[in-house]
Amino acid sequence: MLKILKYSFFDLMRSRWAYIYTAFFLLFTLSLFWLSGGLSKVIISLMNVILVLAPLIATMFGVMYYYNSREFSELLLSQPIRRTHIFLGQYLGLALSLSASLLLGVGLPFALYGIFGSPEIWNFMMLLVVGIFLSFIFSAIAFFIALRNENRIKGFGLAILVWLFFAVIYDGIFLLALSLFSDYPLENLAIGASMFNPIDLSRVLILLKLDISALMGYTGAVIQKFLGAAPGMVVSLAVLSAWVLLPALGIRRLAARKDF
Amino acid sequence: MRNTTIIAILCLLSSFSARGRTITVCPSCTFSSIKQAIAAAAEGDVILIKKGTYREGNITVDKPLTLRGEGYPIVDGQNQAEVLTITANNVVVEGLDVRNVGTSYLEDRAGIRARRARGFAIRNNRLDNTFFGIYLEKSSDGAISGNHITGKAVHEMSSGNAIHLWHCKNVLVEDNYLRGHRDGIYLEFVDSSSIRLNTAEDNIRYGLHFMFSNNDDYFHNTFRRNGAGVAVMFSRRINMWENTFEFNWGRASYGLLLKEIYDAEIHDNTFRENTIGILVEGSTRLKYRNNEFSRNGWAVKISGGCLDNEVEGNNFLNNTFDLSVNSTTNTNTFNGNYWSSYNGYDLNRDGRGDVPYRPVKLFNYVVNRTPEAMVLLRSLFIDLLNFSEKVSPVFTPANVADEQPLMRPLIFRRKAQHQK
Amino acid sequence: MITIDNLHKSFGKLQVLSGVSLDFGRPGIYAILGPNGSGKTTLIKSILGMSIPDKGQIRFQGEDIRGRWDYRRQIDYLPQIARFPDNLRVSELLDMIQDIRGEKPQALGRLIEMFGLQPFLDKRLGNLSGGTRQKVNLVQAFMYDSPVLILDEPTSGLDPVALIRLKALLLEEKAKGKLLLATTHIMNFVEEMADEVVFLLEGRIHFRGSVDSLKREYRENNLERAIARILQGEQGFSANGHSQEAARMARSYEL
Repeated sequence: MLKILKYSFFDLMRSRWAYIYTAFFLLFTLSLFWLSGGLSKVIISLMNVILVLAPLIATMFGVMYYYNSREFSELLLSQPIRRTHIFLGQYLGLALSLSASLLLGVGLPFALYGIFGSPEIWNFMMLLVVGIFLSFIFSAIAFFIALRNENRIKGFGLAILVWLFFAVIYDGIFLLALSLFSDYPLENLAIGASMFNPIDLSRVLILLKLDISALMGYTGAVIQKFLGAAPGMVVSLAVLSAWVLLPALGIRRLAARKDF
Repeated sequence: MRNTTIIAILCLLSSFSARGRTITVCPSCTFSSIKQAIAAAAEGDVILIKKGTYREGNITVDKPLTLRGEGYPIVDGQNQAEVLTITANNVVVEGLDVRNVGTSYLEDRAGIRARRARGFAIRNNRLDNTFFGIYLEKSSDGAISGNHITGKAVHEMSSGNAIHLWHCKNVLVEDNYLRGHRDGIYLEFVDSSSIRLNTAEDNIRYGLHFMFSNNDDYFHNTFRRNGAGVAVMFSRRINMWENTFEFNWGRASYGLLLKEIYDAEIHDNTFRENTIGILVEGSTRLKYRNNEFSRNGWAVKISGGCLDNEVEGNNFLNNTFDLSVNSTTNTNTFNGNYWSSYNGYDLNRDGRGDVPYRPVKLFNYVVNRTPEAMVLLRSLFIDLLNFSEKVSPVFTPANVADEQPLMRPLIFRRKAQHQK
Repeated sequence: MITIDNLHKSFGKLQVLSGVSLDFGRPGIYAILGPNGSGKTTLIKSILGMSIPDKGQIRFQGEDIRGRWDYRRQIDYLPQIARFPDNLRVSELLDMIQDIRGEKPQALGRLIEMFGLQPFLDKRLGNLSGGTRQKVNLVQAFMYDSPVLILDEPTSGLDPVALIRLKALLLEEKAKGKLLLATTHIMNFVEEMADEVVFLLEGRIHFRGSVDSLKREYRENNLERAIARILQGEQGFSANGHSQEAARMARSYEL
């Protein structure tokens, strides 16, 4: 698996798209610094972009990469190696290369503007951790969808739909539910609903760092108790890991049974 | 003006006390108890208390004396009684370590109390576990300075204030460190007094609390992690400047609460990471200048019945919400502030944005109705909502706007803040 | 070496293989023929473990291959479409395959020379022409000395020189006592190279035997025409519902 991962990673890191993705983050972050200067302001602006873009790009790359390497995968399948290792290796190579692009594109400008030695470093770290988690989660989902659908257009459409659902539609339904049932205690629902959407969960994790003052103010005791403490952080990270693991297991299962 | 009178009094006081005899108290001396020494002393004497532990309560100082501790002698009330009560004028208490007054639900016991006293100086003492720390009633023209007052308050009902002033006038409260009480400093019917250079932290209610007090100043103080930083209620002409309010977090927490206040100036303060920076209720004709609000949940929250507040030349940096108002009519003005979430442009290069900034967001309105929606903060969906509201305001008051938002943050020069 | 027993495979409603039994016991070159959709590729993929049969068994050197992967160490495979990761260099691709198999290739240097790939080793695969890619494909397939070689349309996209080299290679491998399975549409190639022909039609084995016996059976001198006869006959047979024997009779009448 590591062997496949290694070569997939090299292949992807040299691809045009990886360059574009890295360059985008590099330029975007630099221009944010150039425009506003303050570390914390840049982190907030970047948060919005990373929460939307990292999943979108991971989704698109995931589907594209699977379909593009379809024939090569057949050659690999003829080699003495477990089939599950081929696809998990490719998936991990993809997720790692996306993470590397993010790390490089966002990390360099921050290093340049002195994030090390600034108290903002933890917020920044959280942003990166979350960005990497999202890359892993959405490329896994995309890979899973592509594995299930031989029809490229169908697979692509489905993957984008999943992204759209988690990025926008879910929150709309969430808000609607909250306002419809606002007569009932909703705290557990609010926490639960954020757990079922990796983008929401990631956002909440960053909010815990950036907007703790506001969160401590308006929400009820359960949310405070949950969010305000270390266990909340641990649980959130565990759920995010589950969000990676679930589609990855799906990939494994499909890879073991699928006909090529 | 007030300060100079107080300093004059202090000078007078020290020259006066220098004239007297010195009576030494120590465990192996002729006088082994403070009460005996006071009984034997004449007006103007100095009672020098050597290092040691004195288990005495209900000590009454009923003549002008100086009680001076050497090496912080411990005066222990053994959780039974009030320790020291001053009933005479011109009394100085310094260098004592007062402990263990004990909680009482029947009376407001204190570590050091002054009753109907003038010209007192209570300075450089340590008080620990004293229920009420220093309690002044109907006293005036004195100073409380350099005291270190700590407690372990848990519930509001069963705890006292570190410094408590009731019906006082011309008092200087300076350079004290106050923690673990109900309020750090509580003022009720206190006029013409100054509160400065104090640090109040981890108090369960307020760091500083004004009730029915007029013509007071407080400045250069730090209020940190209290239930709320400062509450100014039902008071007139309170000026506040160069204070720091930080990390006051909680459901009902704010850096500064203004309730039923008129004609006050709030300038050059720093509000950092509070749930609400300033909460304003029913207050009129207040001026907010040169304050810095950074990373608060709500920088300023104005509820109904607040008229003619002027918010001008402040920095609003990375607050979750810059402003919340809960009525559609608005006579408060916002002008020439820097808002970090402003993203307009400045074509004529005069340093001011060409499009107005609207600090009230639709999501604010949503959260007011459904607090749980807070977990959706900064989501793409909410951004889209805010954007559409920005384009055509429906729910948010259209006239709450800064017509001339600054393009760059203001740089404030503050005097060095006193930190303890 | 490879025994296939009653193999069934369908994709959805489409029955691709219905009861294929084959035994490749002796070394030699076997050509697997049949029209598009006859199940050639599926048969190959089943042997390689890429497709999982619904029913039936495939044994490789006596052992059932279901759920196993290590037997593929003894098979070399030439896929039909030569597509590789665009951003890897030729040399890196060859390294990767060595990495995966965990053994040194026996004939790598010679093959690179034979197909003139020396100047391309440092080029990215995405920048190569289709013909060159096919040569890389050949190199990766032949660089190990495994007892079984499976080739899916080996002649596609090759220039005449490379084709001659390929044929020489195949004969060489055969001489070493290997088993070679090849699907192809090129009848010249079959006539020239194949020791035995397996003809698949609608998921069944329609004919198995040497090229000569096929010609003889259908009374044609030319393989291509013999094949055409099978196809026509089969169509007639399906359309009219006659038995296979009757169809053959009808054909001899025509002659």
